[in-house]
Amino acid sequence: MSAPEPPPLVIRARGVHKTFDGVRALDDFSVDVWEGDILGLLGPSGCGKTTALRVIAGFEHAEAGTVAVRDRVVVGPGVFVAPDQRRVAMVFQDYALFPHLSVARNVAYGLEPGAARRRRVAEVLEMVGMAGLEDRMPHQLSGGQQQRVALARALAPRPDVILLDEPFSNLDAGLRDRVRREVRTILVEARTTALFVTHDQEEALSISDTVAVMRAGQVIQAGPPSDLYLRPAGQWVARFLGDADFLHGTASGGTVDTPAGRFPTDLVGPVDVMVRPEMVKVVPDPDGGAMVTARQFFGHDQLVTVVLASGQQLRSRLGPRPDFRPHDRVRVEVEDVVVFPAE
Amino acid sequence: MPGLEPLPEALTVEPLPPASPPHPVSRAPGHLWLAGGTVFLLVVAPLLFLLGTVAGAGIETWEIIASRRTAELLGNTGRLVAAVTAASIAIGVGTAWLTVRTDLPGRRAWGTVLSLPLVIPSYVGALAIVSAFGPTGLLAQFFDRVPTVSGFWGAFLALTLFTYPYVHLLVVAALRNLDPALEEVARGLGSSPPRVFRRVVLPQLRPAVAAGGLLVALYTLSDFGAVSIMRYDVFTRAIYLQFVGRSDRTPALVLSVALIAVALALLAAERMTRGPAAYFRPRPARAPRRVALGRRGRTLALGLLTLLMGIALVVPLAVLGWWLLRGLLQQQSIGSVWPEALRSLTAAGLAGLAAVVAALPVAVLTIRHPSRPAAALERTVWTVYGLPHITVGLALVFLGARLGPPIYQSLPLLVVAYVILFLPQAAGAAQASLRQIDPHLEEASRSLGRSWSTTMGRVVVPLMSPGLLTGGALVFLTAMKELPATLLLRPTGFETLAVRIFAAAEESFYTRASAAALLLVAVSALPIYLFTIRDVRT
Repeated sequence: MSAPEPPPLVIRARGVHKTFDGVRALDDFSVDVWEGDILGLLGPSGCGKTTALRVIAGFEHAEAGTVAVRDRVVVGPGVFVAPDQRRVAMVFQDYALFPHLSVARNVAYGLEPGAARRRRVAEVLEMVGMAGLEDRMPHQLSGGQQQRVALARALAPRPDVILLDEPFSNLDAGLRDRVRREVRTILVEARTTALFVTHDQEEALSISDTVAVMRAGQVIQAGPPSDLYLRPAGQWVARFLGDADFLHGTASGGTVDTPAGRFPTDLVGPVDVMVRPEMVKVVPDPDGGAMVTARQFFGHDQLVTVVLASGQQLRSRLGPRPDFRPHDRVRVEVEDVVVFPAE
Repeated sequence: MPGLEPLPEALTVEPLPPASPPHPVSRAPGHLWLAGGTVFLLVVAPLLFLLGTVAGAGIETWEIIASRRTAELLGNTGRLVAAVTAASIAIGVGTAWLTVRTDLPGRRAWGTVLSLPLVIPSYVGALAIVSAFGPTGLLAQFFDRVPTVSGFWGAFLALTLFTYPYVHLLVVAALRNLDPALEEVARGLGSSPPRVFRRVVLPQLRPAVAAGGLLVALYTLSDFGAVSIMRYDVFTRAIYLQFVGRSDRTPALVLSVALIAVALALLAAERMTRGPAAYFRPRPARAPRRVALGRRGRTLALGLLTLLMGIALVVPLAVLGWWLLRGLLQQQSIGSVWPEALRSLTAAGLAGLAAVVAALPVAVLTIRHPSRPAAALERTVWTVYGLPHITVGLALVFLGARLGPPIYQSLPLLVVAYVILFLPQAAGAAQASLRQIDPHLEEASRSLGRSWSTTMGRVVVPLMSPGLLTGGALVFLTAMKELPATLLLRPTGFETLAVRIFAAAEESFYTRASAAALLLVAVSALPIYLFTIRDVRT
């Protein structure tokens, strides 16, 4: 049997450039979104991620580059397809529900009149768990409910892709986690393709099938969340996605020696070895070569900082036990590292 | 800063999204530019035509400009503008201070009542004054040798009494915004209360006083009705007389251009004063300490305010009422009113509707697609709003005459004149309501597959409707009262309330004018709250 066909591409952006008053917002931006994928576009504030979304939606004009939705070029040299002709639905950070229309009429807005419209409105409202609230006006809804209506409204016309701009940033922290999971479930059940923008690493990693990390106007790495976390393509991505300590060493003959042990590598010469705190095991050992210098206790876990014999510091994330104290003698075992050329 | 490490980028707080995107939502569609361009042409075409005609007159133009007659008109106009402005500032600052910063009894009610003379059009006020104190007025009928009011002093009185509220309203707002701490600091540094007022309060009021004074100056410069009824020769009156009386109408056009030049200078000055005033501090939480007037001061203040309201409100209305009542009792012909009212209603109503239609592209272009052309459109529309009505009316008359019968002296041309003159009232209200609408709503509509026009029709215009309604109503009310352009442009026999009042006043038929005048005042007084919007914008 041959390998299964990869799903078709829904969005293909290549080499997109966009400047605002001389400031580069997008600089050779490229991204692929596959059918059925939930892609999180993650980047620090000001990296151009919202601009990328707006170029794809058709609210900004790119200066160069192409964007295709399915097989149709919507942005390209001499091509600009109006936003309403792109089959790309946007969900806004502030939800942007039409304040003068009821829930049902908001959801029906993108549908053509007829019996099918009534059925589809009922169907998507059921899908987002808002059945029975058809006649409410937007101002009578809570933030979470408004979000679901906005999602239902975007899903209703069965667009090729749904774009979500910082969809959870307007919700308070207690609600956010639950709503994230609900939205992911809805998107998966609707078998829709989605591209969402966020500056929150945890959010991107937890609800995306694919994460694309953006910096200074371009995507610098894309892939499944765990790949990105464990195999970052560079030190910036490594630091951006989570806590990381770096050990310096010189590689030769397929390995590198560091104060925390010997690790295999294909590189030769000075290298930086990234160590995630989760990959560091600290074991109490009176003869150990390392010492605990600090400990932050969080309940479900603890972050223990140790100093190695070399003077190098490492952090370790462990379960709540054992009960480490500063000056405890310990042994350090590092399981999995990533070796980068030294910067 | 040394010693402080920059935060890693991931930790910096995502700034709140701006209220509206810093860049245009999308490029304005072609038909929007077409509509905006049409409005622009509509507004500038008459003036360009006027300028073109005057430029074509060549040497004659300079002869008229350099004539003694022009110098005389300029002197008269300048004298009247200066006197009315100075008096309005004196009255307006005084009334504002009394109602905001003293323990005057009933100061809140006074604050409102003192702005009421605004609802009386200057020509109605002038009619009331002249019909009471004029050579053939009420007083002259009962007493032989009474001093009569007309000419410069008549015009001065009428314009001051009905325009000082501009200063009053602006200074009241400025006084309420003053931080009392500044005055307390000055007192603490050893300044006496009068010195504090002179050195601390007055300088802070200067922008408001200047803005109010320039509004009054512009109003006086543009006024046609009051000066005509008082028979005082200024530019506006001379232009009208030249137009109706002479076969050679070039002088009227040349004088119009001269008047426009003066008005533009005043407008430029007004724009300059408006800059800093826009940055008023938010209203302080603490109310300022009120000055105790003392018993004698209170009596004096109440006496003066009562006198002022007596002359500006009670006397005009009483006099008009008296003429009406006398006419009814003596079974004189008071003339018809309702057909005139219906004509006023028709013309002003159509103007309100048309202004809303024209305001829409102006508002959408300026708020949603800010650009140089959009800013130019806005500035042009607002500048023409400040020009004397008689000049715009005259330009349209000549343009209409050139274009010929179906347009010349037609109701549509009159409606177009009203739209040109009052468009900013509708556009300002439309802009204010559009600013309240989240641009994401329009983008959401577009991304749901709806075209720009459908988005306008189903989302933007419905959400703007309260503002559009307010703007239309403002234009309607102002057009009802408009006099000079109506006189010049109305179709033959199309006598409106304003025309009726003016014609009757010219011939001293006070009884005939009174019913129309009272009706007009009643209509303007109905939605007083709408005036606040107009004042904010102008």
